[in-house]
Amino acid sequence: MTLLTVRDLTVDFASGVRAVAGLDLDLAAGQVLGVVGESGSGKSVTSLAVLGLLPRDARVGGEIRFDGRELTRLDQRALRRLRGNRIAMVFQDPLSCLNPYYPVAFQIAEAYRAHHRAGRKAAHRVAVRMLERVGIPEAERRARSYPHEFSGGMRQRVMIAMALCLEPDLLIADEPTTALDVTVQAQILDLLRELRRETGTAIMLITHDMGVVAGLADQVVVMRDGRAVERGAVHDVFHRPRQPYTRGLLACVPRIDGPLPRRLPTLAEQT
Amino acid sequence: MTALLETRDLVKRFPVRHGLTRRLAGHVTAVDGVSLHVAAGETLGLVGESGCGKSTLARLLTRLEPPTSGSIRFAGQDLAEVDEHGLRPVRRELQMVFQDPFSSLNPRQTVRRILTSPFAYQGLKPDEPVERLLERVGLGPEHADRHPYEFSGGQAQRIGIARALALRPKLVVCDEPVSALDVSVQAQILNLLKDLQDEHGLAYLFIAHDLGAVRQISTRIAVMYLGAVVETADRDTLFGTPAHPYTRALLSAVPLPDPDAERARERIVLHGDPPSPLDPPSGCRFRTRCPRAADRCAGERPTLRVIAPGHQVACHFAERSEGNEGNIHHSSESSQ
Repeated sequence: MTLLTVRDLTVDFASGVRAVAGLDLDLAAGQVLGVVGESGSGKSVTSLAVLGLLPRDARVGGEIRFDGRELTRLDQRALRRLRGNRIAMVFQDPLSCLNPYYPVAFQIAEAYRAHHRAGRKAAHRVAVRMLERVGIPEAERRARSYPHEFSGGMRQRVMIAMALCLEPDLLIADEPTTALDVTVQAQILDLLRELRRETGTAIMLITHDMGVVAGLADQVVVMRDGRAVERGAVHDVFHRPRQPYTRGLLACVPRIDGPLPRRLPTLAEQT
Repeated sequence: MTALLETRDLVKRFPVRHGLTRRLAGHVTAVDGVSLHVAAGETLGLVGESGCGKSTLARLLTRLEPPTSGSIRFAGQDLAEVDEHGLRPVRRELQMVFQDPFSSLNPRQTVRRILTSPFAYQGLKPDEPVERLLERVGLGPEHADRHPYEFSGGQAQRIGIARALALRPKLVVCDEPVSALDVSVQAQILNLLKDLQDEHGLAYLFIAHDLGAVRQISTRIAVMYLGAVVETADRDTLFGTPAHPYTRALLSAVPLPDPDAERARERIVLHGDPPSPLDPPSGCRFRTRCPRAADRCAGERPTLRVIAPGHQVACHFAERSEGNEGNIHHSSESSQ
């Protein structure tokens, strides 16, 4: 069943910049869709458009259908009911998403109470359970810690706990591991894989890292200049890329395995 | 090969202060006894995660920061002993490229001014026109009279590299030179660094957290964890038969851009985060996350020891290589 359908999406900013220029996406329930591209390809703007979080000067065209509802026509109230509840998000920098003045469990509980009729105590219990779930050791005690007392990896776990406490159908993860060290990134990717298997939450994974997509996504869309240049099953896109841009993007990443070229192949210089 | 740069037991300690009175609360040892060398014309890759001390090490080697103890021998003198005045001739031979090209280029100066300032600092006349220098890093003469903000990240990094090369140094310390760049631009800069090395016989100390980039450019690699080098080996040995449990975990954590390989591989996932350098564990600093840790690791800190020619590991239990278990006896017999 298709959960999210994007058709001919365009996003124009008042400055005259067209960040997304006719994009189609399909994401089935329980699937992971990887959206890859370099900076400026429009991948983050696309995710903000789905969430209805673009700045006021942005003009959105085309269709964004989520579970049968057209999101571009919803008002802020209806969108707010959807966000967090049915569509949740995790961003690159967890520290700037958490409120430094409140304990982490309080913030998760607050998100939960925004959508559920639950008392403080019940919501706190949900928060602690979620912290346990995302692998925070001694969750009961750490629940009362403040964000600055957590490491980057732990904060990202808190963000994931907050995103998943309402059991959303869709999780939008925008560069969720980019700010993390590689051994911590491996932990978070494992966590996302596990949660996806257990909860069946669909994930829209936005990243510039081909390796992250390879390990997690079922379907891939390669974006460039606001458009999809290639799409398909992860296996096909990685092993039989049809577009020169995709081939170039895959070839120019220096790898830790396989043959070592003296020079890396480069995409045609675009300056 | 003679070493161009050699450090011995290099240590950098920073004071940690607390509260309004800036009361001294202790010290953090960012670099904790590092001995390494870089030979002329080679690239030593230095990898490690954030907080392992690799950038502090870069700042010590280029004497942007004085070491607490230890020696840095470069071109026949000990940089740890040299004063600010004596550093000037050293800077001619030892240059640096930084991570963020924009914050390391003066926004108010033109590229021409930026690229001639190393000569002015040395009291020298530029030995080649700025246009020629720009050409060497793949930019055009039309770029000379522009300001940094007019360039993309990749172009700005080329300017940073041109500035480092202007005085024709022997060694360039590159601290995360490609990590702020898009992958396609990264590849261009890595190729450029390699071409320049072939052309001028440069040596690099290439510091990065990206293991793919390090493999692409390095001849030898040193792995750092919590202020100390835990393993050094030539490139193929380090990536082929890593011996330190941390190096192994690090390599197995790098996502491969290949869905089949990525899903099939056996991963060593480390638990927890690197410990705080403010309060490092006793003995082996990796033991709190190490899958092989034993009692001995808590009491006795392992030092770097040679397990094969050119391959040093700081682990009590590291052997030549686990991948070639059957060959260990054979090779050790034949080498002794």
